[in-house]
Amino acid sequence: MLEINASGMYYRDLNQKIRDAVDKGEKDITVKNVNGQYYMGDGLRGKSTITIEGVPGNDLAAFMDGPTLIIKANAQDNISNTMNTGKVVIHGNAGDVLGYGMRGGKLHIFGDVGYRVGIHMKGVKKQAPTIIVGGTAGDFFGEYMAGGVLILLGLNDDGRPIVGDYLGTGMHGGVIYVRGEVEKENCGAEVGILDLDDEDMKVLKDSLAEYCKDMGLSLDEIMKKGFKKLIPVSLRPYGNLYAY
Amino acid sequence: MNHDYQKDISGCGLTGLISRKRRRISGADIVKSLCLMTDRGNGLGAGYAAYGIYPGFKDFYAFHIMFDEPSVRWTLEEYLKNNYHIEKIEEIPTSPVKAIPIAPLLVRYFVKPLKDKMVGEIQEEDFVVNTVMKVNSEIEGAYIFSSGKNMGAFKGVGNPSDIAEFFRIEEYEGWTWTAHTRFPTNTPGWWGGAHPFTLLDWSIVHNGEISSYGINKRYLEMFGYKLTLLTDTEVAAYMLDLLIRRQGLDIPSACLALAAPFWKKIDALPDGEREALTALRQTYGSALLNGPFSILFGHSKGLVGINDRIKLRPLVAALKDDVTYMASEESAIRAICPAPDKVWAPRAGDPVIVNLED
Repeated sequence: MLEINASGMYYRDLNQKIRDAVDKGEKDITVKNVNGQYYMGDGLRGKSTITIEGVPGNDLAAFMDGPTLIIKANAQDNISNTMNTGKVVIHGNAGDVLGYGMRGGKLHIFGDVGYRVGIHMKGVKKQAPTIIVGGTAGDFFGEYMAGGVLILLGLNDDGRPIVGDYLGTGMHGGVIYVRGEVEKENCGAEVGILDLDDEDMKVLKDSLAEYCKDMGLSLDEIMKKGFKKLIPVSLRPYGNLYAY
Repeated sequence: MNHDYQKDISGCGLTGLISRKRRRISGADIVKSLCLMTDRGNGLGAGYAAYGIYPGFKDFYAFHIMFDEPSVRWTLEEYLKNNYHIEKIEEIPTSPVKAIPIAPLLVRYFVKPLKDKMVGEIQEEDFVVNTVMKVNSEIEGAYIFSSGKNMGAFKGVGNPSDIAEFFRIEEYEGWTWTAHTRFPTNTPGWWGGAHPFTLLDWSIVHNGEISSYGINKRYLEMFGYKLTLLTDTEVAAYMLDLLIRRQGLDIPSACLALAAPFWKKIDALPDGEREALTALRQTYGSALLNGPFSILFGHSKGLVGINDRIKLRPLVAALKDDVTYMASEESAIRAICPAPDKVWAPRAGDPVIVNLED
């Protein structure tokens, strides 16, 4: 177990330290006093677990391939961009544009997220990237989604709608599960709102069991409320957009 | 993978704070907050604005003026003397900074318009605005970059820490501060183009790109504003002056004009509200700021943070006791306020409006 004190450390120096430790085979790293250092965990491979205390900077876990990052605070924007495998667990809120073009792995967030979460998430071959959000999400959730699984729970009942406008706009693959009701007028034209079948329930429960373990939540409690499933149901809904 | 691959991936960064109780806070805080986001800029512009810094001269307009050529100063001063009572003239205190080998001459003037020069209906503030427009467009090489009372902007080409050291920001104390690190995209990185942009006591810092600049500029020109600083953000400062001071809109309505909701949302509103917003959007179609932005604007009575309507630029807010913080990144707030009472991300187009207590 290695402990790094990141207080006042420039991001390049910090990331070099982490990379060197991972290269040496260190499996358990705790980084203390993090505040705003960019690019943490980017392009990192292997099976290390890195616990981050404090708010990490933007572009966390981009292109990450294997490690587990545990963030004990809020996190900022652009997390898990094109991430391939591994896992990011955030015990607070997170910002905008999470999981952009994500290819695989898991992103678990305890609280709220911002705009454009899961944008162009895709998956590759048999990999299905999964993002689970415990709180609410802003507009453009699952925009241009091409693959993978987005789960939105809305557990914090703070009066805000669970999800914003333009839900799944441009979606052409993958699946979104929302705990509660979804308004058709907030969805992209190609999005269908369906009930879950047995196969969906299995995917959902398997994913949520791991999420609950990470966050210390009860799966039974979460499953007391019904879910809706969102998938793309029409081809080329904008085919005539510029034709008239 | 080649981890040594170097590329500057940046956007501008902004930060601001306000003590609602008008507690004067040292500039050291805002410098520390901005410096955490140094990498969002590229050294081609940084700046600070502060309110409450000139209590000894609070009834005078504080003109901060930059001169490309020292000789221009005399032309400018002759003009000022003919139109203003000048209480005090001094060079803005600066410290030598290695990274800033060349700087314009920077002088500040505490002034009041001469009564007999204000003819007809003209108000004191209109007179000052006219002076700023005239100087910036007609006196070659002189730019008034700050013209409010008991406030001032300090800006130039450099990194946040260099500009702070140069202008000795830590020696000022103010109850509202805004700051900006710049990554110029479409327009030159020059001293006048650094943020904040100010007019009277309006000050703007902005991350993003105002795609509607042309429409906004032409609209402002109809009301006598002259856009001379070669940067899109300038329109936002003048637009606030037009909408709020000259046309009497309150701050929430002005925000609705700048970042109007989409027609889809307006059409879904109940009767009275729908008509009011329709009228506002139709009247101020040319004031709408299109494109990605997050903006902080300071004024004599408070601080406002606002995003574009689809949240294309970041903005985080936090509260601690009597202070509200807003910044591009949460970590920039935590750099000076490690344990806020509340942290939140304002929704798109939804302004955070903070007013000073009387």
